[in-house]
Amino acid sequence: MYRPSLVVTFTKKSSVKMAKLTSLFVILLSFFCISEAVFEDQVGKFDWRQQYVGKTLFAHFESNTQSSKKMFVATDKNIFASFNSRTGDLLWRHVDKTGPEGSIDILLLHGQDALMVVGDGRLLRSWDTNIGGLNWEAVLDTGSFQAACFVAIQDTVKLVAVLKKAAISLHYLSNGHQKWVENLPDSDAVQYQAVYSGGEEEVYVLGVVPNSHLTIIAYSLEDGEIIKQVTTLSLDLEVFPGFQPVLVSSQPHPARSPLSEFFLQLGPDHHVLLQLNADGYTIAPLRDFQPCVVSHPVVGGVSPCSGWCLALWCVVSPCGVSPCGVSPPQLYVHAFLKKDDSVGYRVLVQTQDHALTFIQQPGRVVWTREEALADVVTMEMVDLPLTGTQAELEGEFGKKADGLFPMVLKRLSSQVTLLQAWLAHLWKLFYEARKPRSQVKNEVTIETLSRDEFNLQKMMVMVTASGKLFGIDSKSGSILWKHYLENVQPNAAFKLIVQRTTAHFPHPPQCTLLIKDKDTGLATLHVFNPIFGRKSHIALPALPRPILQSLLLPVIDQDYAKVLLLVDDQYKVTAFPSTKNVLQQLQEMASSIFFYLIRSDQGNLSGFRLRKDLSTERIWEVVLPTEVQKIVAVKGKRPNEHVHSQGRVMGDRSVLYKYLNPNLLAVVTESTDTHPERAFVGVFLVDGVTGRIIHEAVQRKARGPVHFVHSENWVVYEYWNTKSRRNEFSVLELFEGTELYNSTVFSSLDRPHLPQVLQQTYIFPSPITTMEATLTEKGITSRHLLVGLPSGAILSLPKMFLDPRRPEVVTEHSREENLIPYAPEMPIRTEWFINYNQTVARVKGIYTAPSGLESTCLVVAYGLDIYQTRVYPSKQFDVLKDDYDYVLISSVLFALFFATMISKRLAQVKLLNRAWR
Amino acid sequence: MASVPRSFLLLSIIPTILILCADFACCNTGRKTGDGLDTDFSGFSVPLEHSFEVDDVSRFRMRGALQLRGGRETSVSLSQSQLSEEDRKTLKEVAAVDGLYKIRVPRVSLTDRQTERQMDGYLTAFVRACSLVESHLSDVITLHTDVSGYLIGVSIVTIPGACRGTEVEDEVDLEAFNTTLTIIAPTNAPQPETALFIERMDIEHEKRGKPQEQKSFFAKYWMYIVPLVLFLMMSGAQDQSGGGAANGGGR
Repeated sequence: MYRPSLVVTFTKKSSVKMAKLTSLFVILLSFFCISEAVFEDQVGKFDWRQQYVGKTLFAHFESNTQSSKKMFVATDKNIFASFNSRTGDLLWRHVDKTGPEGSIDILLLHGQDALMVVGDGRLLRSWDTNIGGLNWEAVLDTGSFQAACFVAIQDTVKLVAVLKKAAISLHYLSNGHQKWVENLPDSDAVQYQAVYSGGEEEVYVLGVVPNSHLTIIAYSLEDGEIIKQVTTLSLDLEVFPGFQPVLVSSQPHPARSPLSEFFLQLGPDHHVLLQLNADGYTIAPLRDFQPCVVSHPVVGGVSPCSGWCLALWCVVSPCGVSPCGVSPPQLYVHAFLKKDDSVGYRVLVQTQDHALTFIQQPGRVVWTREEALADVVTMEMVDLPLTGTQAELEGEFGKKADGLFPMVLKRLSSQVTLLQAWLAHLWKLFYEARKPRSQVKNEVTIETLSRDEFNLQKMMVMVTASGKLFGIDSKSGSILWKHYLENVQPNAAFKLIVQRTTAHFPHPPQCTLLIKDKDTGLATLHVFNPIFGRKSHIALPALPRPILQSLLLPVIDQDYAKVLLLVDDQYKVTAFPSTKNVLQQLQEMASSIFFYLIRSDQGNLSGFRLRKDLSTERIWEVVLPTEVQKIVAVKGKRPNEHVHSQGRVMGDRSVLYKYLNPNLLAVVTESTDTHPERAFVGVFLVDGVTGRIIHEAVQRKARGPVHFVHSENWVVYEYWNTKSRRNEFSVLELFEGTELYNSTVFSSLDRPHLPQVLQQTYIFPSPITTMEATLTEKGITSRHLLVGLPSGAILSLPKMFLDPRRPEVVTEHSREENLIPYAPEMPIRTEWFINYNQTVARVKGIYTAPSGLESTCLVVAYGLDIYQTRVYPSKQFDVLKDDYDYVLISSVLFALFFATMISKRLAQVKLLNRAWR
Repeated sequence: MASVPRSFLLLSIIPTILILCADFACCNTGRKTGDGLDTDFSGFSVPLEHSFEVDDVSRFRMRGALQLRGGRETSVSLSQSQLSEEDRKTLKEVAAVDGLYKIRVPRVSLTDRQTERQMDGYLTAFVRACSLVESHLSDVITLHTDVSGYLIGVSIVTIPGACRGTEVEDEVDLEAFNTTLTIIAPTNAPQPETALFIERMDIEHEKRGKPQEQKSFFAKYWMYIVPLVLFLMMSGAQDQSGGGAANGGGR
């Protein structure tokens, strides 16, 4: 496991004994590492993954028969995927580059081939729809993409035409080779918008000269010669102001001419159905639809939407209605002829909350995919409530004592109910044991939710960029509730705060979501119950001014909700909840409430103290000149983090005390100078109360993106080394020294000595996308870093490897302390991947939460996919293994017990016999 | 791995070690700031102001003058006057209501000679007034600079830092500041120490290479193998001559 080179480093003195010792140590260490991997039978037992694709831009159904099961979508997350239309399961998925480079311009489907133009007309790709394999890829000439269509020659589709801003090109469908490319005439004045082929020997290009006329050019299929050029006059229709009219027509087969009926979209929800008369020149309006949404490749589908109910209309007559939903911005209809020649249809509805719903004939919802979860912004894990009986028992302690006798009665009655519940549970177990295992379903519903023995099952509250909130059961991954917040701006920033946990029965748990508009800075609050997702009817404070900072105080009101302070741009503070009790507490504590504000655009960090009248005073200020460096990130410590040991026992039995400052902030800056020789990354450790710069380090010849974790007494950061062109990890640890200044309590105001800072740097052989540290209930378990890699793997890296006290030369003391000798390169071992082959595409964040078991930490990785698992950084020291042999142990116990009994009896008999003798 | 020259590594280590123990140093110790190219030996002075008011509204007054000297050897010294009778009284009053004692210095650059040295704005820090009184005005002021020599922060602590409520004789103890002044530049974070590691590995290889000239398995254990083979051959010969028939029958 270890490379032999590392063994060499142990034995500086090259004595044989030492070599043996160290190799033994290495072997032990490697055993420790092996046991971390997942066994085959544990796959999927404690973990689950959900894959998403994002908001659908283009969708196609496989063919026009009723039996086809596949459908294909291209999404705004640059993903091309195929679903099973019966279940909504993902068949396959291709994740392209993020950003405009991988954006999908159009998706066309013909038979087994799916054609895609990617990256604003940069690439033309053909996919095999059966297996999702790439047939071919062709690089197109530069120019922004306008339109594309299939071109058929004598009833078979052989070509595809791609229209760009100033050129049109034809490609063979079989191999992507270019047949011809022609520049469009007058491309400065004319906006070319559409390309069309009706199966003849020509391909037509439609151009619009705004406020003037239309141009139609016909190209010869053979050599791209312009056959004719026609200009026509415009129609007389009223267009919604500022709206670009869109033509929606339908062409069932590329080799035949399209239907004579077509839609013209005149406004965001205003369509007109028009019909081209048989003479081919005059157009007659058929029907006006307002308000409604029209599906794209449609035979006939419109939805006049009253209250956003979906009703389907065939071109002339209505044919179906479906249930209501959130307003659908997009609609994909698949109509087909059934066996009895009636029209059948299936509809794929993409709603504003990014849900994808599939509806079948008589308006039945077959499945719904919550694609909003492809873009999770922030999340929290909340403990589940106790069961009713447990809660009743708990509630007994909260109530006021009313005499001895009633108390005893109450206790007895609650114990009777507990007994009843236990008996019912036993009966259920017995009943289910008789049934075959496959039939037993452990369906989690919102009613049956309750905390398990070790608090391993929690409620995951996820906030998505679309403004939809989800409550997900962490054990199964099923969505238990969802709530769509309307009127959320697309660029809003979210902050999720748990104000009251489930621990305060009978008060329900309470979460607050702070939604802040990034442009105006104005914020709104959404207060809800995280277990049921219901909105709480609590009076919300008026927030007329932009909010700069929000902080959760450890102060609780009479209902056990923590107080949230909101600081506006005039440094005035609003408390929520703002009851009299809270305001009184705040007044008493005002002089000990400090907070900081960071203005990264001005490089300004400043600290404030609360005054009794809830105004604030500025007490410290640190300014990092923006000409030199800019602040990229600031992180404090997690408030729910526990540190078990105050120090580290060193080899000579003395203790090195950790500098555990709960107010410490890690501020990371990047230089404005990006030249590889002069670029640097700055790390500042600033006390958030006094503004004192505890440590200031500069990593030269380095640049971002910097990912870092700040916890306990250490900061780990990762950056790009511009000189050596590699990723490097650096770890900073702070120690008070061998004596504590004040061992009972930590106060930032009374800690005059600066801590000792140790730092070491390592090479990391992979770029990373995100980083987080494991978290356990009491902080006894050793820490691991969870590192999300671009490959989708999540690496659990023992903190032991990131220890600035790793010695260069092994000594007796360092071995005593179990320090690994320094090696410049950090290993990546495949058995450290906690998600084995369940890769998480585009991992964006990792959330860790403690469970009721000290050894176990719950991990959720989110990005395009969501992956939940448990990690055991120090192995499961407090849990019996799955394969623990209860039978053997108990049989041995019983055997010994009986042996003792029998031998006792025998001894008695023997004694009696001897006495008689 | 071997691309980082050794000399460079050493260079980067030395200042790190030097500056690691910065907090033990006293005032007027020189610090190396980044790559200060302009060497300005003339130095300049900026005001150090303080504010302590019973109503906690900042009204900064002159406390002293900081003599800053930029360039390769950055140094700082402070000349300050004694507290007046009135100030001492106010300070004790502020200490009694647990008010704050704040100091501020203007934002300046230690290296820039061409452009305006002073930028708008101040750097502020505070300490509890009671701890200042109880420590008998013995404070430690630290100025922090960034890589290019801009002052980015100031901090003040008192030693001891606690407020225990002990009485202080103002006449004797609250007259003059006993200030320790330091200026700290950022430390250079270490690079991965590849060169040293490789060197050490090479030494190990050499050391191990000499004494253990890898003998072959046979050369090492010939004294066991030869008798064993001889023994097997002997017994095999016996078997063939003596018990050959019996063996054949058995099979």
